[in-house]
Amino acid sequence: MNNYSRRKFIKLMAGTGALLSASSLLTSCRKTASARVVIVGGGFGGSTCAKYLRSFDGTLDITLIDSAKRFVTCPFSNMVISGMQTMDSISYGYSAQTDRGVKVVHARVQDVDAVAKKLTLEDGRVLGYDRLVLSPGIDFKWDEIEGMQVSDAELIPHAWQGGAQTTLLRRQLTAMRNGGVVIVAPPDNPFRCPPGPYERVSLIAHYLKQHKPRSKILVLDAKDKFSKQALFMQGWKELYPGMVEWVAGSNGGRIDEIDVAARSLYAAFGDAHMADVVNFIPPQKAGVIAHRSGLTNNDGWCDVDQRTFESKIHKDVYVIGDASVAGAMPKSGFAANSQGKVCAAAIVSSLRGVAMPDPSYVNTCYSLVSPDYGISVAAVYRHSKEKGIYKTGGGVSPLDADAAYRLREARYARGWYDSITMDTFG
Amino acid sequence: MKRILIFLILYFCFIGEVLAVEITRAVMLSNSCAACHGTHGKSPGEIPAINGKSSRFISQALLEFREGRRSATVMGRHATGYSDEEIQLIADYFSTLP
Repeated sequence: MNNYSRRKFIKLMAGTGALLSASSLLTSCRKTASARVVIVGGGFGGSTCAKYLRSFDGTLDITLIDSAKRFVTCPFSNMVISGMQTMDSISYGYSAQTDRGVKVVHARVQDVDAVAKKLTLEDGRVLGYDRLVLSPGIDFKWDEIEGMQVSDAELIPHAWQGGAQTTLLRRQLTAMRNGGVVIVAPPDNPFRCPPGPYERVSLIAHYLKQHKPRSKILVLDAKDKFSKQALFMQGWKELYPGMVEWVAGSNGGRIDEIDVAARSLYAAFGDAHMADVVNFIPPQKAGVIAHRSGLTNNDGWCDVDQRTFESKIHKDVYVIGDASVAGAMPKSGFAANSQGKVCAAAIVSSLRGVAMPDPSYVNTCYSLVSPDYGISVAAVYRHSKEKGIYKTGGGVSPLDADAAYRLREARYARGWYDSITMDTFG
Repeated sequence: MKRILIFLILYFCFIGEVLAVEITRAVMLSNSCAACHGTHGKSPGEIPAINGKSSRFISQALLEFREGRRSATVMGRHATGYSDEEIQLIADYFSTLP
């Protein structure tokens, strides 16, 4: 080899080496670049997960699927039902997601093939994924209530999913006579938003007190105790004396049969209750797609690894929000938001093949007993292999608080809503 | 040619990484705060913003909340869920956010 060709050879080798090391660098850097993450459900869990996936990794190919163009929040829907807010003020579009490069698809998902890692939409489109997140919320166990089926919710609204049901319950309340009876019938645990039915009772009472003061609210509960019970009952006594009657499940509150046309409810022990407006909140299970995808347990919910939210049934499929079994965490929009962030971190970490730092989860639920009277429950959670998600701190508002404290919490409730909807949909 | 190649490699490597939030223990803890205090601590409403506050201010406030030495509603209860070390990580994190 002469000098010239040797120089040329060394140069060539160096160039090839540089190219090789560059291309391997490129491969490692772009390991997640082609990764496709599909999220089904654009509520608190799914929307938060999409946003935080993007913040953790700008190269991911993220698709968010929801059949609705706008999401109506369940939090603050009791304000709409009682006439304090408009539907528009609790409705959110998806423009912030498209602005950050998330593909938003408005369609229903027909079917998930977790083995082939693809899902089929009702319009026939097929989407492949590397990681799938389901955040489908809840569906109802209609078969557990004799005499009632899905279409009966047009007469007896549950208003436990935001949207047309919210408006329907509002309309029935405004059409009711002064002196009428409203029945609110909350389900047994576990269900979406444990304090929600009792905030609803409070704000309906607030509406009735102003507009139909001779009316009454009968709460027929499937349970013997409920979230923030002492605080709610204290507030009802103070603000709406004689208007609200709560019946425990074991005391005849548990309803197992409904005559829809007569708006009559039958308790397990044979007592019958009639009302002008009935808000029956049926027992619940994970949203439809979780069942169709074969991800649910015998109770109708999805068992997951509570550290990552990956399904215990299918690899690379994650379930967050109300549909999942999340240890000590309640089923709430706030919990779903918290889980969406942890799940996003878990997915990015798994795509990069690195360990995720220990997760921390949180829940904060405000309830308004009146527009100036707020109460709250808060909790911080961690995870261990033995206990799953467990509580490490938190608590409820004190019983002996003064009016100024309740007013502060009512204001924070609105600030809470502004912040969580921005953190989720903004 | 070589320069273009280097540029392309760097571009593909870092386009997604430049703005990306690194998944650290501090981030796992602090993301919990965002639901009430706003994304990156920038609250749009009644709840105080915490971005860009000094680390000392945030950690002291959290410690005082936890020990009941500072007037609070929900924060007195939340703070009980965090250790001294975790409070410091959270305080340091929000102090760096613009």
